[in-house]
Amino acid sequence: MMRDQKLWAWHLIAGAVILVLLGVHMLTMHMEGVIRIQSLNPASVEHVDKDRVPQTRDQKSDEEDIHPIDWANVRARGVRTLYMASYIFLLGAALFHGLYGLRNILFELNPAVWLRKTLSALLLLLGLGLFVYGAWAAVMARAIARAWKA
Amino acid sequence: MLDSKSHPNRLGIWGWLGGGRWGVERYLYTLHRLTGLGLLAYFLLHIVVTSGRAFSAAAWTRAMSQVSGPFFKVGEYLVFLAFCFHAINGIRLGLVELGFAVGKPIEPVYPYRTSVDVQRPLALAALAVAFVLAVIGTISMWSD
Repeated sequence: MMRDQKLWAWHLIAGAVILVLLGVHMLTMHMEGVIRIQSLNPASVEHVDKDRVPQTRDQKSDEEDIHPIDWANVRARGVRTLYMASYIFLLGAALFHGLYGLRNILFELNPAVWLRKTLSALLLLLGLGLFVYGAWAAVMARAIARAWKA
Repeated sequence: MLDSKSHPNRLGIWGWLGGGRWGVERYLYTLHRLTGLGLLAYFLLHIVVTSGRAFSAAAWTRAMSQVSGPFFKVGEYLVFLAFCFHAINGIRLGLVELGFAVGKPIEPVYPYRTSVDVQRPLALAALAVAFVLAVIGTISMWSD
Protein backbone atom coordinates (compact mmCIF):
# COMPACT_ATOMS: atom_id res chain seq x y z
CA MET A 1 0.00 0.00 0.00
CA MET A 2 1.36 3.40 -0.95
CA ARG A 3 1.99 6.02 1.72
CA ASP A 4 -0.90 8.20 0.62
CA GLN A 5 -3.27 5.24 0.53
CA LYS A 6 -2.33 4.52 4.14
CA LEU A 7 -2.87 8.15 5.11
CA TRP A 8 -6.24 8.15 3.33
CA ALA A 9 -7.24 4.98 5.18
CA TRP A 10 -6.27 6.65 8.47
CA HIS A 11 -8.29 9.69 7.39
CA LEU A 12 -11.40 7.48 7.06
CA ILE A 13 -10.70 5.70 10.35
CA ALA A 14 -10.19 9.03 12.13
CA GLY A 15 -13.51 10.18 10.65
CA ALA A 16 -15.27 7.17 12.19
CA VAL A 17 -13.65 7.87 15.58
CA ILE A 18 -14.70 11.51 15.39
CA LEU A 19 -18.22 10.51 14.43
CA VAL A 20 -18.62 8.60 17.70
CA LEU A 21 -16.72 10.87 20.09
CA LEU A 22 -17.82 14.19 18.62
CA GLY A 23 -21.35 12.79 18.45
CA VAL A 24 -21.24 12.28 22.23
CA HIS A 25 -19.69 15.74 22.61
CA MET A 26 -22.50 17.34 20.57
CA LEU A 27 -25.08 15.36 22.54
CA THR A 28 -23.53 16.74 25.71
CA MET A 29 -23.17 20.34 24.62
CA HIS A 30 -25.98 21.05 22.20
CA MET A 31 -28.79 18.59 22.78
CA GLU A 32 -29.19 18.81 26.53
CA GLY A 33 -32.46 20.68 26.05
CA VAL A 34 -33.94 17.59 24.37
CA ILE A 35 -31.89 14.67 25.69
CA ARG A 36 -30.53 14.92 29.24
CA ILE A 37 -28.28 12.04 30.33
CA GLN A 38 -26.87 11.77 33.85
CA SER A 39 -23.36 10.73 32.84
CA LEU A 40 -22.96 13.53 30.28
CA ASN A 41 -23.95 16.51 32.42
CA PRO A 42 -24.15 15.22 36.01
CA ALA A 43 -24.60 18.61 37.65
CA SER A 44 -27.51 19.54 35.37
CA VAL A 45 -29.40 16.37 36.18
CA GLU A 46 -28.83 16.76 39.93
CA HIS A 47 -29.98 20.36 39.74
CA VAL A 48 -33.21 19.41 37.98
CA ASP A 49 -33.98 16.78 40.62
CA LYS A 50 -35.60 19.11 43.16
CA ASP A 51 -35.91 16.41 45.81
CA ARG A 52 -32.15 16.20 46.21
CA VAL A 53 -29.73 18.79 47.46
CA PRO A 54 -27.65 19.90 44.46
CA GLN A 55 -24.25 19.29 45.98
CA THR A 56 -22.19 19.89 42.86
CA ARG A 57 -23.30 23.43 42.14
CA ASP A 58 -20.85 26.32 42.06
CA GLN A 59 -21.69 30.01 41.80
CA LYS A 60 -25.32 29.28 40.89
CA SER A 61 -28.54 30.13 42.65
CA ASP A 62 -31.40 27.66 42.90
CA GLU A 63 -33.36 29.51 40.23
CA GLU A 64 -30.66 29.35 37.57
CA ASP A 65 -30.16 26.46 35.16
CA ILE A 66 -26.81 24.73 35.09
CA HIS A 67 -25.49 24.59 31.54
CA PRO A 68 -23.16 22.00 30.01
CA ILE A 69 -20.25 24.49 29.97
CA ASP A 70 -20.70 25.62 33.59
CA TRP A 71 -17.80 24.71 35.85
CA ALA A 72 -19.99 22.35 37.89
CA ASN A 73 -20.50 20.15 34.82
CA VAL A 74 -16.96 20.66 33.50
CA ARG A 75 -15.59 19.56 36.88
CA ALA A 76 -17.98 16.61 37.19
CA ARG A 77 -16.91 15.33 33.78
CA GLY A 78 -13.27 16.28 34.24
CA VAL A 79 -12.65 14.04 37.25
CA ARG A 80 -13.27 10.95 35.15
CA THR A 81 -10.26 9.32 33.53
CA LEU A 82 -12.44 8.01 30.70
CA TYR A 83 -13.41 11.56 29.76
CA MET A 84 -9.80 12.72 29.80
CA ALA A 85 -8.76 9.79 27.61
CA SER A 86 -11.65 10.37 25.19
CA TYR A 87 -10.75 14.07 24.90
CA ILE A 88 -7.16 13.21 24.01
CA PHE A 89 -8.26 10.51 21.58
CA LEU A 90 -10.75 12.90 19.93
CA LEU A 91 -8.11 15.62 19.83
CA GLY A 92 -5.66 13.41 17.94
CA ALA A 93 -8.26 12.03 15.54
CA ALA A 94 -9.78 15.44 14.77
CA LEU A 95 -6.41 17.13 14.26
CA PHE A 96 -5.27 14.41 11.87
CA HIS A 97 -8.59 14.29 9.99
CA GLY A 98 -8.85 18.06 9.67
CA LEU A 99 -5.25 18.88 8.83
CA TYR A 100 -4.89 15.96 6.40
CA GLY A 101 -8.11 17.11 4.70
CA LEU A 102 -6.72 20.63 4.45
CA ARG A 103 -3.46 19.24 3.03
CA ASN A 104 -5.39 17.36 0.34
CA ILE A 105 -7.30 20.49 -0.64
CA LEU A 106 -4.08 22.50 -0.85
CA PHE A 107 -2.30 19.77 -2.82
CA GLU A 108 -5.12 19.71 -5.37
CA LEU A 109 -4.02 23.19 -6.37
CA ASN A 110 -0.80 21.64 -7.65
CA PRO A 111 1.75 23.65 -5.68
CA ALA A 112 5.47 23.24 -6.48
CA VAL A 113 7.28 20.34 -4.84
CA TRP A 114 9.16 22.60 -2.40
CA LEU A 115 5.86 24.21 -1.38
CA ARG A 116 4.26 20.81 -0.83
CA LYS A 117 7.07 19.80 1.47
CA THR A 118 6.87 23.10 3.33
CA LEU A 119 3.08 22.86 3.73
CA SER A 120 3.34 19.27 4.94
CA ALA A 121 5.99 20.23 7.50
CA LEU A 122 4.00 23.25 8.73
CA LEU A 123 0.77 21.28 9.07
CA LEU A 124 2.62 18.48 10.87
CA LEU A 125 4.19 20.95 13.29
CA LEU A 126 0.85 22.69 13.87
CA GLY A 127 -0.88 19.37 14.51
CA LEU A 128 1.79 18.05 16.87
CA GLY A 129 1.98 21.35 18.74
CA LEU A 130 -1.76 21.58 19.27
CA PHE A 131 -1.95 17.91 20.21
CA VAL A 132 0.69 18.29 22.90
CA TYR A 133 -0.91 21.48 24.22
CA GLY A 134 -4.46 20.04 24.15
CA ALA A 135 -3.39 16.77 25.77
CA TRP A 136 -1.53 18.68 28.48
CA ALA A 137 -4.68 20.80 29.08
CA ALA A 138 -6.83 17.67 29.41
CA VAL A 139 -4.44 16.11 31.95
CA MET A 140 -4.14 19.33 33.95
CA ALA A 141 -7.90 19.86 33.87
CA ARG A 142 -8.40 16.43 35.42
CA ALA A 143 -5.89 17.23 38.18
CA ILE A 144 -7.63 20.55 38.94
CA ALA A 145 -11.07 18.93 38.90
CA ARG A 146 -9.90 16.26 41.34
CA ALA A 147 -8.22 18.78 43.62
CA TRP A 148 -11.39 20.89 43.62
CA LYS A 149 -13.44 17.86 44.63
CA ALA A 150 -11.12 17.16 47.56
CA MET B 1 -1.51 12.55 -3.53
CA LEU B 2 -0.57 11.60 -7.07
CA ASP B 3 1.27 14.07 -9.24
CA SER B 4 -0.89 15.39 -12.04
CA LYS B 5 1.62 17.32 -14.10
CA SER B 6 -0.09 16.54 -17.40
CA HIS B 7 -3.52 17.67 -16.17
CA PRO B 8 -3.11 20.83 -14.09
CA ASN B 9 -5.99 21.91 -11.89
CA ARG B 10 -6.70 24.98 -13.99
CA LEU B 11 -10.00 25.89 -12.34
CA GLY B 12 -8.55 25.72 -8.84
CA ILE B 13 -10.96 26.52 -6.03
CA TRP B 14 -13.46 28.03 -8.48
CA GLY B 15 -13.86 24.54 -9.87
CA TRP B 16 -15.71 23.63 -6.67
CA LEU B 17 -18.55 25.93 -7.65
CA GLY B 18 -18.73 25.81 -11.43
CA GLY B 19 -17.19 24.43 -14.57
CA GLY B 20 -19.60 21.73 -15.64
CA ARG B 21 -23.11 20.30 -15.53
CA TRP B 22 -22.85 18.53 -12.23
CA GLY B 23 -25.34 16.58 -10.20
CA VAL B 24 -26.36 17.29 -6.65
CA GLU B 25 -23.55 15.06 -5.33
CA ARG B 26 -20.98 17.52 -6.69
CA TYR B 27 -22.53 20.34 -4.70
CA LEU B 28 -22.65 18.11 -1.62
CA TYR B 29 -18.91 17.60 -2.20
CA THR B 30 -18.40 21.36 -2.27
CA LEU B 31 -20.48 21.86 0.85
CA HIS B 32 -18.60 19.00 2.54
CA ARG B 33 -15.32 20.82 1.93
CA LEU B 34 -16.60 24.21 3.02
CA THR B 35 -18.11 22.81 6.21
CA GLY B 36 -14.91 20.85 6.83
CA LEU B 37 -12.77 23.97 6.55
CA GLY B 38 -15.16 25.86 8.82
CA LEU B 39 -15.13 23.08 11.40
CA LEU B 40 -11.32 22.93 11.27
CA ALA B 41 -10.99 26.68 11.85
CA TYR B 42 -13.41 26.48 14.77
CA PHE B 43 -11.69 23.40 16.19
CA LEU B 44 -8.23 24.98 16.21
CA LEU B 45 -9.59 27.97 18.15
CA HIS B 46 -11.67 25.67 20.35
CA ILE B 47 -8.52 23.87 21.53
CA VAL B 48 -6.99 27.15 22.68
CA VAL B 49 -10.16 28.56 24.29
CA THR B 50 -11.13 25.42 26.19
CA SER B 51 -7.61 24.95 27.53
CA GLY B 52 -8.63 27.53 30.15
CA ARG B 53 -9.88 24.67 32.30
CA ALA B 54 -6.27 23.52 32.69
CA PHE B 55 -5.44 26.57 34.83
CA SER B 56 -8.33 27.10 37.25
CA ALA B 57 -12.09 27.32 37.61
CA ALA B 58 -11.79 31.10 37.42
CA ALA B 59 -9.78 30.91 34.20
CA TRP B 60 -12.43 28.62 32.71
CA THR B 61 -15.28 30.91 33.72
CA ARG B 62 -13.38 33.91 32.34
CA ALA B 63 -12.68 32.14 29.03
CA MET B 64 -16.34 31.16 28.66
CA SER B 65 -17.53 34.68 29.45
CA GLN B 66 -15.30 35.99 26.66
CA VAL B 67 -17.02 33.75 24.11
CA SER B 68 -20.60 34.30 25.26
CA GLY B 69 -23.26 36.56 23.82
CA PRO B 70 -25.47 36.44 20.72
CA PHE B 71 -22.61 36.62 18.20
CA PHE B 72 -20.87 33.56 19.59
CA LYS B 73 -24.16 31.71 20.09
CA VAL B 74 -25.05 32.15 16.42
CA GLY B 75 -21.51 31.10 15.48
CA GLU B 76 -21.78 28.01 17.66
CA TYR B 77 -25.13 27.21 16.07
CA LEU B 78 -23.60 27.43 12.58
CA VAL B 79 -20.82 25.10 13.74
CA PHE B 80 -23.47 22.65 14.95
CA LEU B 81 -25.27 22.78 11.59
CA ALA B 82 -21.95 22.26 9.79
CA PHE B 83 -21.24 19.26 12.02
CA CYS B 84 -24.64 17.71 11.27
CA PHE B 85 -24.10 17.96 7.53
CA HIS B 86 -20.41 17.03 7.52
CA ALA B 87 -20.91 13.99 9.76
CA ILE B 88 -23.86 12.47 7.90
CA ASN B 89 -22.50 13.30 4.46
CA GLY B 90 -19.18 11.84 5.61
CA ILE B 91 -20.93 8.54 6.37
CA ARG B 92 -22.39 8.61 2.84
CA LEU B 93 -18.97 9.30 1.32
CA GLY B 94 -17.42 6.51 3.37
CA LEU B 95 -20.06 4.04 2.17
CA VAL B 96 -19.51 5.04 -1.46
CA GLU B 97 -15.72 4.99 -1.03
CA LEU B 98 -15.86 1.44 0.32
CA GLY B 99 -18.02 0.27 -2.58
CA PHE B 100 -21.39 0.20 -0.87
CA ALA B 101 -24.32 2.00 -2.43
CA VAL B 102 -22.83 2.12 -5.91
CA GLY B 103 -24.69 -0.90 -7.32
CA LYS B 104 -23.32 -3.94 -9.10
CA PRO B 105 -21.73 -3.88 -12.56
CA ILE B 106 -24.37 -4.68 -15.21
CA GLU B 107 -24.59 -4.98 -18.98
CA PRO B 108 -25.19 -1.61 -20.65
CA VAL B 109 -28.69 -2.45 -21.90
CA TYR B 110 -31.20 0.26 -22.76
CA PRO B 111 -32.73 1.91 -20.75
CA TYR B 112 -29.34 2.45 -19.19
CA ARG B 113 -28.88 2.48 -15.44
CA THR B 114 -25.97 4.15 -13.73
CA SER B 115 -24.59 4.08 -10.21
CA VAL B 116 -26.18 7.48 -9.74
CA ASP B 117 -29.54 5.68 -9.59
CA VAL B 118 -28.26 3.96 -6.46
CA GLN B 119 -26.29 6.85 -5.01
CA ARG B 120 -28.98 9.52 -5.36
CA PRO B 121 -31.41 7.97 -2.83
CA LEU B 122 -28.52 7.61 -0.38
CA ALA B 123 -27.63 11.28 -0.84
CA LEU B 124 -31.23 12.34 -0.25
CA ALA B 125 -31.49 10.06 2.80
CA ALA B 126 -28.27 11.57 4.20
CA LEU B 127 -29.65 15.06 3.74
CA ALA B 128 -32.89 14.04 5.48
CA VAL B 129 -31.03 12.58 8.49
CA ALA B 130 -28.80 15.66 8.74
CA PHE B 131 -31.92 17.84 8.63
CA VAL B 132 -33.58 15.89 11.46
CA LEU B 133 -30.43 16.19 13.61
CA ALA B 134 -30.26 19.90 12.85
CA VAL B 135 -33.89 20.36 13.90
CA ILE B 136 -33.31 18.52 17.20
CA GLY B 137 -30.24 20.64 17.88
CA THR B 138 -32.07 23.83 16.93
CA ILE B 139 -34.87 23.10 19.37
CA SER B 140 -32.36 22.26 22.08
CA MET B 141 -30.11 25.28 21.55
CA TRP B 142 -32.81 27.92 21.14
CA SER B 143 -35.39 26.63 23.63
CA ASP B 144 -33.78 28.41 26.62
